[in-house]
Amino acid sequence: MVVGKEKPKLIVNGKRVDGRAPEELRPVRMEVGVLKNADGSALVEYGNTKVLAAVYGPREVMPKHVALPDRAVIRCRYRMLSFSAEERKSPAPSRREIELSKVIREALEPAIMSELFPRTAIDIFIEVLNADGGTRTAGVTAASLALADAGIPLRDLVAGVAVGKVDGVLVLDINQIEDMYGEADMPVAAMPSLGRITLLQLNGVLTPDEFRQALALALYGIRKLYDLQKEALRRKYISTAEE
Amino acid sequence: MASSSKPILYVSNRQVVVVGDIVASGDVIIDSPNYLQKLSDGRVIATVTGLIDIEESENTVRLRVIPLKGRYIPKEGDIVIGIVTDIGVTAWFLDIRAPFPGVLNAADYLGRPFNPASESLRKYLDVGDVVIAKIAQYDRTRDPILTVQDKDLGKVVEGSLIEIEPSRVPRVIGKKRSMINMLMEETGCKIIVGNNGRILLRCPNPEIEAIAILAIKKIEEEAHTMGLTERVRDFIIEQKVRRGLIGHGSG
Repeated sequence: MVVGKEKPKLIVNGKRVDGRAPEELRPVRMEVGVLKNADGSALVEYGNTKVLAAVYGPREVMPKHVALPDRAVIRCRYRMLSFSAEERKSPAPSRREIELSKVIREALEPAIMSELFPRTAIDIFIEVLNADGGTRTAGVTAASLALADAGIPLRDLVAGVAVGKVDGVLVLDINQIEDMYGEADMPVAAMPSLGRITLLQLNGVLTPDEFRQALALALYGIRKLYDLQKEALRRKYISTAEE
Repeated sequence: MASSSKPILYVSNRQVVVVGDIVASGDVIIDSPNYLQKLSDGRVIATVTGLIDIEESENTVRLRVIPLKGRYIPKEGDIVIGIVTDIGVTAWFLDIRAPFPGVLNAADYLGRPFNPASESLRKYLDVGDVVIAKIAQYDRTRDPILTVQDKDLGKVVEGSLIEIEPSRVPRVIGKKRSMINMLMEETGCKIIVGNNGRILLRCPNPEIEAIAILAIKKIEEEAHTMGLTERVRDFIIEQKVRRGLIGHGSG
């Protein structure tokens, strides 16, 4: 007999497990320029999810043969630190991390004006310090901030957030528990000023109607995160101006 | 063709803009196409963090963004200060803080044909030597070619080298060289600014050199603020007084 953990009630009196309303984000914190050696860096927190991103470049491509003659190569590595999850995560790159690296890179590529830097490389490193659901979307948000901090021209900032369906209710910015026991999980990333979606995944089942609502909810969350991103970038320069 | 409409500005001159900020809409002339993009609906948005420069005349509005951060990208005619990192058979390879190494051909440096069979390049420039050079050729498909065949170029034998963010170099030079002339006047140092963010200082004494370096670092940090030249001048005078190089109230 398998003794499984019982599914907890995820919505009580219209509130979620952490007391949020369905369309509420977790407390968000963003900081830019946290690493000295990187050309650009950012730290992003969605509640207990904490992600650090560092960007190097445009720099010389090593090994040389991967360089592209007409644009920069963009390399992205998403990684979860051993202590980021409840149970120790093996430091070896897992199937999931390799896939997420690719997915995040493809979410950022439309934003980066890579054609301005032929024969160079732009390296993006995303380290998950603490995982509590929504690490890929937090990773995209952090990486685009780090790219902007590095002074690399971007068509727009990219922000991401996940929408889930738990106990039949669509909720914004799901955490680990909601992801584990929920019926659906849909990470979305977009460039709000251009009105373009760069990442859209769906795990689970949504009806076409629910999908439309979920997408609208995600874009609403992204818009909020986008404003926070701009504020974080501006803060770096306003604070030095006031000294 | 886009319908012509009266331009509307959403920012004021010299304001800090960040990626995605809507700067203007309507008919404007964009002077920095890499840092501003026009959307199909006529909005103009910034692609980097920087200062917006607005030039308004009777019927045109010109916009330009001066970025605050970013790596150095070579441009033909730029003066760069490079450090030799590698020695080839007929050329030196210099680190010019760009994504590519700068190539300095032996024949150019020596001003005569060079025969690798009879002599070694190491005799003239070794790894670690500092060279002031000009970018002679650069077309994005090959590494930038450097030249030292011009006034004030060549190997550096004395002075101090400091590095700043390459995007702040225009601020250190100032409009019509106003900042750099003020720095040299106030400190008495000879200052050579490379477009790649390396600055070479030749100062009369170490005390003055320290002041000059602090002043340059101050310009770098406050590059996005206004009235900087006068603030830096006051800063230098204050430092001189504090270090007892000039008396109170004199000069």
